[in-house]
Amino acid sequence: MRLLCLLALCVLLPVAVAAQDVQSILQNHAQIVAKPSRKTVSTVIDALVASGLPQVPEFLERYQARDVFQHEDGRFVYADSAGDGYRLRDIDTGAEMGTAPKDALTQIKPNGGVRRVLAGALVVFQLSAPEIERRRTALDAIARKPSADHLEPLRATIDTETDPALKARKQRLVNSLTAQYGADTGERIAAIEGLAQDVSVESRAVLSRIVQTTAGIAPELPDANIARVFEPGQDMTAEAAYLQLVDAGLAPAALTSDDIRNTLAANIDGGTVAGVPVARLSDPSARAQAYDALAASGDAPPRITEADKTQAIAAYRFFETYDEPNPEVTAAAETALAQVQTRVAVGQTIDLTLDALSLASIYFLAAIGLAVTFGVMGVINMAHGEFIMLGAYTGYVVQLFVPDYTLSLVIALPLAFAVAFGAGVAMERLVIRWLYHRPLETLLATFGISIALQQLAKTIFGTQARPLTAPGWLDGALVINEVIQISYIRIAIFVLALIFLALLLFIFKRTRLGLEVRAVTQNPKMAASMGINPDRINMLTFGLGSGIAGIAGVAIGLYAQVTSEMGANYIVQSFMTVVVGGVGNVWGTLAGASMIGGLQKGIEWFNPSNTLAAQTYMIIFIIIFIQFRPRGIIALKGRAAGD
Amino acid sequence: MNRSFFAQSPSVLVFLGCLGLATLFVTVLSEAFGIGVLSTSFIKTLGKTLCLCLIAVAMDLVWGYAGILSLGHFAFFGLGGYMIGMWLMYERTREIVESSMSDAVIPPTPQEISDAIGNQIFGVVGSSEFPLIWTFADSLTIQLFLVVAIPGVLAGLFGWLAFRSRVTGVYLSILTQAMTLALSLYLFQNESGLRGNNGLSGLQNLPGVEAGQDVVSMWFFWASALALGLGYLLAARVISGKFGSVIRGIRDNEQRVRFLGYAVESYKLVIFAGTAMIAGIAGALYYPQAGIVNPAEIAPIASIYLAVWVAIGGRGRLYGAVLGAIFVSLVSSYFTGGQAPDINLGFYTIKWVDWWLVMLGISFVLVTLFAPKGLGGLVDLWEDRRRPDRHGADLGPDAGALREKEAVE
Repeated sequence: MRLLCLLALCVLLPVAVAAQDVQSILQNHAQIVAKPSRKTVSTVIDALVASGLPQVPEFLERYQARDVFQHEDGRFVYADSAGDGYRLRDIDTGAEMGTAPKDALTQIKPNGGVRRVLAGALVVFQLSAPEIERRRTALDAIARKPSADHLEPLRATIDTETDPALKARKQRLVNSLTAQYGADTGERIAAIEGLAQDVSVESRAVLSRIVQTTAGIAPELPDANIARVFEPGQDMTAEAAYLQLVDAGLAPAALTSDDIRNTLAANIDGGTVAGVPVARLSDPSARAQAYDALAASGDAPPRITEADKTQAIAAYRFFETYDEPNPEVTAAAETALAQVQTRVAVGQTIDLTLDALSLASIYFLAAIGLAVTFGVMGVINMAHGEFIMLGAYTGYVVQLFVPDYTLSLVIALPLAFAVAFGAGVAMERLVIRWLYHRPLETLLATFGISIALQQLAKTIFGTQARPLTAPGWLDGALVINEVIQISYIRIAIFVLALIFLALLLFIFKRTRLGLEVRAVTQNPKMAASMGINPDRINMLTFGLGSGIAGIAGVAIGLYAQVTSEMGANYIVQSFMTVVVGGVGNVWGTLAGASMIGGLQKGIEWFNPSNTLAAQTYMIIFIIIFIQFRPRGIIALKGRAAGD
Repeated sequence: MNRSFFAQSPSVLVFLGCLGLATLFVTVLSEAFGIGVLSTSFIKTLGKTLCLCLIAVAMDLVWGYAGILSLGHFAFFGLGGYMIGMWLMYERTREIVESSMSDAVIPPTPQEISDAIGNQIFGVVGSSEFPLIWTFADSLTIQLFLVVAIPGVLAGLFGWLAFRSRVTGVYLSILTQAMTLALSLYLFQNESGLRGNNGLSGLQNLPGVEAGQDVVSMWFFWASALALGLGYLLAARVISGKFGSVIRGIRDNEQRVRFLGYAVESYKLVIFAGTAMIAGIAGALYYPQAGIVNPAEIAPIASIYLAVWVAIGGRGRLYGAVLGAIFVSLVSSYFTGGQAPDINLGFYTIKWVDWWLVMLGISFVLVTLFAPKGLGGLVDLWEDRRRPDRHGADLGPDAGALREKEAVE
């Protein structure tokens, strides 16, 4: 503590103490300086720090870096190798002192322990260094390896800190150090309550360090800060309790079947073991009999019965003690930790909701085109996934020609729409319109197109994944706090989904085309007799649906990679979205996408390690959901429903 | 019924005759029982193709006759393979473990044997416990029963849920696809107890059989031929009777059949679950010849290919399905096996390994557009059958109905 006060003093008042020079201080402790050890070196450092000389930090740094040498005449000097000998410099003034041959100098080599002590002392100097970068590095060093020694010097530098961000950080660090190493209980509890306001990983780590426990086994509960007591049979299984006793060396290990077999094998005597023929030993009860006979004759350790175990367990108490001896502090920390965890849980729920929302917007983009074509024409387009792929590859090709990522994205989005629109219209004209009366065969014919397109992409672009790089301003994530964050790309996709929702709503509700599309959806024959050309509407709708798939491809390509199979990965989810949401309705698709995205994230949250299971359960849920709403969440009603 | 069953449908006799002749032919050419022209691996390919024909017949029943485009029948095929694979793997491992343990000084207890088998089988997924579903793996009888029971029960349950809520047409197709996806994703997990993505392997070794693979492959070839013959006979029998008329009626117009007082759901359920069982049997014969079954086999794409075979062969006629399965799977193994010569166009060399799928996809579209009767249509040409001149009217008003183009006199 005395050292700390002195350190603080020297930081605040650099030249308060009567000035000496470093050399004379070093000469006072020449023995120690020349052969420092971890224990002795603090005397020298104390003296140096107490002197308050401005050249002390440099000396400490060079001392640490093994640049300090002792000359034959006993003086300590800095030396750099130059030619055959060394060029010398004075420690106090830094002035050149000429050269010396190699054998006139002895390099001083502080060992690792000493250098750590030196580093601790240096941190204090660095905390008030004029360069902000050095102060930040020092703070990082303390945050990485906090120790009680850092508390006072750190606190002392807060007032003189000029950078507001760094000042706040110092205050947080002081708070967390106080919580762990503070002098009196009240101060520590106050600091702990301060930590409870924060959800950062650092403060959670501090709190859990305070409530760290060690498991213990003893005949009686010791007089310590006990966290909890375990009752074997209630809080822990008797089996686990016995294993703990064995680990602590308080009870003999139970025999495994391997041990028994090895003992039996070692005691075979002319084809029998303790009178039991070897051939009979495939029977567990015969083995037990033979082993007990061996044990009775003293050839083997006795088996440990359940009664033995129960007795052994009953003789001991199982408990956990806090490493922190002060019960008030640990109680406060437990409360704070509970508060923080509640806050973290709330944060995680919000984070999960954001995740689900972004997944839902991806599904929405992928599925809305499908919903439009399915709703208007009753046609299932298995090649929809390949239109997504087509859009993504369009983006990739554009980036090959336009190196500026922002500009290439601006070009790629409409181009992907155009390419997929063209492909969709071509497919509708060439294939689908001949199959309007045979929806099941449309499904298969479009599947044929899908495998052909997929293989074509594989042949042209190769099997490896191609990157579609997002512009720089989409890098990184919006960090609200340590728990809640969302990447900018996902926000962009969400915005894109919103734009398309609005756009489609506008087209369907406010334009001539939308009116005609809705008419054809409800009753194609009646619409045709009112002068609408269903052929043209079908073509345009199919093109529109495919075009949106192309845009979705660019969006998906930005955060996932572009491969020839990327469309296939989304096609089943898109179908599910359409089926759950109900066909021919933008709101239905939105509801379907939200439900499927939400469900998938929700199930993943229950079992984060297993996304496969999440998908399995989601599909099963959807199959059951269809039982109750066979036509989806938002179903067409009346004659429009078709039956 | 005035005429006998075979007189009514002469194609069945022709088919069975062809199958018998082909089996005889292959036997004569085989290594084990004949002059040894055909290699063992080719015999296996032929045997597997027969199994695929059997599931194609099942698919034709459910799609071509009942109008349910199921994209899940390959899942039942895979499940059949898993069920027989469990027994094969268990027994095979037990033999190995017992022979290795017989040298031990102390004879092993049953518990030790079972632990060692578990370690052998599940070591690859980091476990050694037998999951619950392996309870009956030591009994061939029960596993054979499960080959039909598991696909039957699963299809029954799914069909009951789906048909009850009147899910039809493309909705039903997508739902079956989802079921298939769910099943394959489930099997991909190590927790499913079926060795995750490793699947079951070493199935070509029959436990307790000393004979070499050349002989075993012929056994399986005969068994597959027999199963295909019986399956074909059963399918032909089913569709020629009253039941067949009702399911064709359901295909052409479900509402009308319902209004005539038939329990449409029950008919559909029977045909769906029954074909699932046939698919299970086909799978149980297929995978011992393939040697390995894993969840990738169950993926939805396999079931779509099944529909492709039936469509190319010609749906709505049983021999069409068989033709399609043989044609597509043999042609596909020819092209993807690297046997087809590359075509050099001067500026570009067409490698069939790359372009085969493109060609399959495009020819599939063309068949759908221009030859809805598929390969079976060639038979009509040969027999000089003509379509009735109905001036373009539909045979039924429903979306899944047989169109005039596809109908024959």
